[in-house]
Amino acid sequence: MQAELIDIRNHMAQFPPFEELPDAMLDRVVERIEVAYYRAGTPILAIGQPNHWLYYIRSGAVEVFRRSGELYNRIGEGEIFGQFGLLMNKQVRFPVKALEDSLVYRIPDEIFQYLWENDDNFADFVEIEDRSRLRSALSRREKSNELMTSRVTRLISRAPVSAPCTIRLQEAARIMTEHGVSALLLMAEDSDQPHLQGIITDRDLRTRALSEALPSETPISDIMTEGLITTRANAFIFEAMLTMLHNNVHHLPVMDGDEVRGVIALSDIVKYESQSSLYLVSNIYHQQDVKGLKKISRDVRDSFVRMVNEDANSHMIGSAMAGIGRSFTQRLLELGEEKLGPPPVPYCFMALGSMARDEQLVVTDQDNAMILDDSFVPEQHDGYFLELARFVSDGLAQCGYSYCTGDIMATNPKWRQPLKVWKSYFTDWIEDPRAEALLNSNIFFDLDGIHGETRFAEQLKTLVADKASNSQRFLAMLARNALNRTPPLGFFRTFVLEEDGEHNKTFNLKRRGTAPLSDLIRIHALASGSRAQNSFERLNDIARTRLLQGESVGNLRDALEFISIVRIRHQALAIEAGREPDNNVRPQDLSPFERSHLKDAFQVVNNAQKFLRFRYGSVAGRHV
Amino acid sequence: MPRSSSASATVRWPAAMSDATIRGPVAGSDRGPFGNRKPWPERYRELADQARDPRLQAFYRTGCPAADTPIAEVPLVALDFETTGLDAEWDSIVSIGLVPFTLAAIRPGEGQHWLVKPKKSLSRTSVTIHGITHSDLQQAPDIGERFGELLSALAGRVPVVHYRGIEQPFLNAALQWRLQESIQFPVLDTMEIEAHLHPDRQPALWQRLLGKKPVSIRLADSRRRYNLPHYASHNAMVDALATAELLQAQIQHHFSPQTPIGDLWL
Repeated sequence: MQAELIDIRNHMAQFPPFEELPDAMLDRVVERIEVAYYRAGTPILAIGQPNHWLYYIRSGAVEVFRRSGELYNRIGEGEIFGQFGLLMNKQVRFPVKALEDSLVYRIPDEIFQYLWENDDNFADFVEIEDRSRLRSALSRREKSNELMTSRVTRLISRAPVSAPCTIRLQEAARIMTEHGVSALLLMAEDSDQPHLQGIITDRDLRTRALSEALPSETPISDIMTEGLITTRANAFIFEAMLTMLHNNVHHLPVMDGDEVRGVIALSDIVKYESQSSLYLVSNIYHQQDVKGLKKISRDVRDSFVRMVNEDANSHMIGSAMAGIGRSFTQRLLELGEEKLGPPPVPYCFMALGSMARDEQLVVTDQDNAMILDDSFVPEQHDGYFLELARFVSDGLAQCGYSYCTGDIMATNPKWRQPLKVWKSYFTDWIEDPRAEALLNSNIFFDLDGIHGETRFAEQLKTLVADKASNSQRFLAMLARNALNRTPPLGFFRTFVLEEDGEHNKTFNLKRRGTAPLSDLIRIHALASGSRAQNSFERLNDIARTRLLQGESVGNLRDALEFISIVRIRHQALAIEAGREPDNNVRPQDLSPFERSHLKDAFQVVNNAQKFLRFRYGSVAGRHV
Repeated sequence: MPRSSSASATVRWPAAMSDATIRGPVAGSDRGPFGNRKPWPERYRELADQARDPRLQAFYRTGCPAADTPIAEVPLVALDFETTGLDAEWDSIVSIGLVPFTLAAIRPGEGQHWLVKPKKSLSRTSVTIHGITHSDLQQAPDIGERFGELLSALAGRVPVVHYRGIEQPFLNAALQWRLQESIQFPVLDTMEIEAHLHPDRQPALWQRLLGKKPVSIRLADSRRRYNLPHYASHNAMVDALATAELLQAQIQHHFSPQTPIGDLWL
């Protein structure tokens, strides 16, 4: 390559897919390019015309259209177009028009084919549309983690050991000892086909039988656990792990339809992944006081960094961190009840916000509340619950979950109320929505019962699912609030930066990325009557309705995953460098690959917000 | 009379423009008024018969497109010389850059860049301007050795320059010096086009007092008006490429692909 072409080369070397090309290949590209200028408004590619070039924008910007004439994308400096036609039938598939005065470089088809055949990165990059580009960026990251790619069946080392549920305690213990298993499946044999009815574990025998001194003739059905949590045979190990974390169970029957394939235990996964967060969780339950909990809370960040380095996905990390947070809370409640005695009336301790959504990370504060039984009499009972709430809240603060600045904690009497009051709160929010009030109560629409009478929380979920989808005004108010936070994307896909506390130009990946996304996913989920709390599960529910086109749901899922994982990696890097993790990212700290895909992801958020405005804008009487 | 095929956005090229608007030395005493359809194809035929050097004869015999050829159909070549100064009689060429192109496509990969040994040694100021060192030039061939390649690169193409006071006069002087022959050819001058587009580029005193800045028609400044990128490096070939891009932009903004070449060449 001639030295005089260095300007062209240096420019292309800044942008994917050229940045990763070997020098000799890039030289070959540069030697063969053609330069052309297009005045703003001039067509560059017309539909159906033959095309034998890959186009690269050196300066200016162009608009890419769909066949229907609808605007598909705006792309600018350093980006490419025309690749789909080259890969297909050498005809233009997306018409393109110059939006600004633009100088473009044309790369001949022959060179395009040469790169496509000889460079995998290049081939991957050009083969996919930019939204699906996001998807392949994700799948490339996920390769290496075995937890993510291995099925639970791999952990099954023996045929399931089962017995009829009509046997006695003594017999059950004998079978378990004989087979050397820590859990016994109990089958109902009332129909032709025996089916799984319950399970009994070593721990159950200790806590429910021995400690209560039950006679050995006690029917096993009296003490077995029913309403089992199970996993599917085709589930990945990490899914089973999430199920255990979420439900705090240590054994999972693996089901293939109605048939039990085996049982996997916590210890199987811990063995598989000895450093896993499950290990930390089981350790939490072994602590006898707040001091002990505080001590092991130092391991939380290590566990987080380890998962990031193992290329876990955001759903897995978010669930694991939420599972850990939930375990701290549950253990503190157990310790509190030991200290204060049993609760005077039944209650449910509720997690709110990111913990309820299973989307917690390392920088997080505590958001919680208590639902008390309707027999609650404040004068008689509230002293107990206030003290318990304080014990848990102070304990969580010691373990690194700082106090909620908005005072959304069970220590606040407003959020320590009987079920009937909670029902009236939710009814008011939904049926008489006011934007300001909803801004503060948004967080209550991500809720999860984590201790005690969790059915109270389920009742609230049902109430929300029933009422929300029928209140357009409520959804419109939520939509209006959700549009307050926009993605940090300027015209022509430049990042819009803000100054952080230390005068760095950054953008906030939570406030301008994951938060607006989970807000808008919540609204669609509520509109579709979903009871799910996790954003990815909500998206699954949304996909079952006709609320959004199938493609948009996939795009939202990819965008959420990508922004979350960049945010997670940013925090893990900070922890490893000994800095306090935060959500403020400087664009120069991202790789060009991440920058490019983040822009794709923010574009998805942008489009989704536009749709939200369109869908609910007229109902609320929008004032944005 | 020149014509332009598309209506409002196009500039009416003046039938005559006084040479007074053009600053700097202008070579060729037989130049008519600006925009006049000079009969370059006929002139080439005459010059081919007069030329003695076979390379020059070949250059003229390749011919020149007819004046009424739409510019979109004319093979062009962007040409830029770096020189030791502005006086073709006194100063000399130190580097030559050229890039063949058409209105539709520029091929930088087919561009050429040569250093040539100047008649006299380089002055200090020139050294810093061009970033070319004495030893680079001491090792460079005499310009006479480049005539063959240069003339064949120009043959059949209309040269495009930014400021016509340099390339044609300097090449003419070099041929005189080494071959005792002269050379004539038409040029498209992107600076002249800018000058024409901004006739009042020097604001009057009262305008200057109000903060109005003069419009610069230098290459880099002109390019900026068309949203063309800034080039960090400067040498004859990069500037030739920059000139080619500028012409593409000018034609798209102010003329039309159908504009006859004869309306634009000088």
